[in-house]
Amino acid sequence: MVFWRQVGQQLCRVPKTASDIGLTQSRRYMTFSRTRTIGTTTQLRSTLAVHRSLQSSWQGYSAARRSFSVTAQAAHGHITPPKPGEEINITFIDKDGNKVDLQVAEGDNLLDIAQANDLEMEGACGGSCACSTCHVIVEDPDMFDRMEEPSDDENDMLDLAFGLTETSRLGCQVLMTKDLDGLVVRLPSMTRNLQASDFEAK
Amino acid sequence: MRLNGAFVCAQCTARTAYRPLRHESFVSRFIFPRRFNSYVAQTGRPVRVAIVGSGPAGFYAAYRLLGKREDAVVDMYEKLPVPFGLARYGVAPDHPEVKNCEDKFTEVATSSRFNFVGNIDLGNDLPLSALKPHYDAILFAYGAAKDKELGIPGEQALKNVHSARAFVGWYNGLPEHRDLDPDLTSGEDAVIVGQGNVALDVARILLSDVDALRKTDIADYALEKLATSRIKRVRVVGRRGPLQAAFTIKEVREMLQLPGVSFDPIPKDVFPPDDVVSALPRAQKRLMQLLAKGSANDPQQASRSWSLDFLLAPDSLCWAPEYPYRLSHAKFSRNELDPSDPHSPSSKVFPKYLSSGKRAQVNLPTSVFFRSVGYKSLPLPGLDDLGIDFDIRRGIIPNDGFGRVTSLSGKGAPEELPDGSLISTLPGLYCAGWVKRGPTGVIASTMTDAFTTADTLAQDLANRVDSQSLLHAPEQGSGLGWDGVKAEAERRGLRPTSWQDWLRIDAAEKERGQQKGKPRSKLGRVEEMLEVLD
Repeated sequence: MVFWRQVGQQLCRVPKTASDIGLTQSRRYMTFSRTRTIGTTTQLRSTLAVHRSLQSSWQGYSAARRSFSVTAQAAHGHITPPKPGEEINITFIDKDGNKVDLQVAEGDNLLDIAQANDLEMEGACGGSCACSTCHVIVEDPDMFDRMEEPSDDENDMLDLAFGLTETSRLGCQVLMTKDLDGLVVRLPSMTRNLQASDFEAK
Repeated sequence: MRLNGAFVCAQCTARTAYRPLRHESFVSRFIFPRRFNSYVAQTGRPVRVAIVGSGPAGFYAAYRLLGKREDAVVDMYEKLPVPFGLARYGVAPDHPEVKNCEDKFTEVATSSRFNFVGNIDLGNDLPLSALKPHYDAILFAYGAAKDKELGIPGEQALKNVHSARAFVGWYNGLPEHRDLDPDLTSGEDAVIVGQGNVALDVARILLSDVDALRKTDIADYALEKLATSRIKRVRVVGRRGPLQAAFTIKEVREMLQLPGVSFDPIPKDVFPPDDVVSALPRAQKRLMQLLAKGSANDPQQASRSWSLDFLLAPDSLCWAPEYPYRLSHAKFSRNELDPSDPHSPSSKVFPKYLSSGKRAQVNLPTSVFFRSVGYKSLPLPGLDDLGIDFDIRRGIIPNDGFGRVTSLSGKGAPEELPDGSLISTLPGLYCAGWVKRGPTGVIASTMTDAFTTADTLAQDLANRVDSQSLLHAPEQGSGLGWDGVKAEAERRGLRPTSWQDWLRIDAAEKERGQQKGKPRSKLGRVEEMLEVLD
């Protein structure tokens, strides 16, 4: 049964009109925001194990066919799955206020976790603490105090972050530890509120 | 992996975990394919968007747009045969981590809905009006092609006086400044006017140990020249005080930690009083504290030094009477901060006078002089054919802040702002990056800005129900994109470069670099780049 369901799902991807054909190539790379889901719950995980393996082998095949850009294989968004019993809970709140609960392994950083889980977080410098695009805000000040102090380099980049708060951190510099179980971080809203003064000649 | 309206790399795709969609059953997936696209179905053709410029603003806008619209096809036009703009030619060679954004851009370019069209200087080689019939929207992200001048006597001298922009382009291998050939051997002093990050980049390159630069992708000819440099002392001079300086703390800290380079302590009296500093916002407070602390390097041990000189306005440049071709010193007039508001980042300065009534002046010895007082965008020739009135004074394309090009003279469609006032926008025309905001900010700010513009464009497309073109009326416009423009380009004898061409140039540069132990050795001339392809 599971097999036939998979076959059905793959059939959905077959182009239906002539004009679609030109686009199928890229559909594996570009996705729509409509397809977004919020939060994976743990109880679903086991039932989906088969799905996942089938799905990933299919996608692995299609990716292999077109992955000629070797330079782009930067280490981003690739995390280690947590061992059973050693999961650390973390919650992301995106800029629309949606909560995403995740279970992650020790040692992964927040940028990789976010990118691996479809959250809208950029890492323009590839996680090397040279930009401020992975800015996150720790919701609980106590949790912030429990983290290691940010380095001077991180603080220097945070100084340039949009919407800096007292409990801001760079996602690429926060490594998950057991101490941080239950961490809640918010992704800052990047939209600028336009003022009438923005249109005056300066 | 499914990113939220974003872009996915091949490696990620392979690792994706399946997740069920809410309100979606097995059956409904069959009946309503979720990737059904109304626009393609209606007219059977993609939305064609031209992006002018291939720097961070252009690429981040393309990335966002391709993620938001499945039927968008982006053609990116670039003057040079190679992409990446200031990420390649502006970011200092010793900041390779900042260039990591190129990895993302390369990912974007691997999309089949992205075309790179290099080596076409729009406005000069090919008029902008040749693009218009074939596109549904045009997005300008061509940045700032010039820099601001000081307007002081001697500035136009052919030798020993340079714009920092040209110097940066020269050491980064920009073809435009390949032949700058700065003279770094006629003396030991350099003066840089302006206190932004570009000024600090220039100072750092002048003071860095050449062996440290050897491992970077700095231009080979620049390395040779810097190896012979006699410059020992660099002054970075600003018109206002430390609180008003434009540089960011990361670059200052890097300068203060430069091995073998000492820093002249800043006189205490130019800093705001301690109680003012402690009440400053975090970023400014940390910068003031860092500047006051200075460098730990011992001046006795250091062979080179630098200083930040505040409250000095450039007055003129003076040549040695006995050697008319040798710059001897730069004359500066002293300023003082506006006494009514001396401790704000936007404080003004007034000229300082001596008791005799004369301007207080000071001469700083210098053998090479750089101006670094900001970049400036220029209008592309032919912008007015599209109805755009470039704002020369502010150096930007007038826009509504969201990226829609606006008209000052009342052309275009009126739009109501949140505060109730009306502005008129020119449909189908957008801008992003420095040509939209002015030449300030780091890559992160350009990214945010380009995302805003791309979101606006996507939203405008979604709001346009009768047609997918923003530039044209329904049924108008060829929708051919580059395929339509190509014929005209060929007729003019142009030789456009594709992304594949860039990959070949890229490989050639990396191979050249490998022989020299560098990550890359850039080809310094357009002809050399094209030679690789022929």
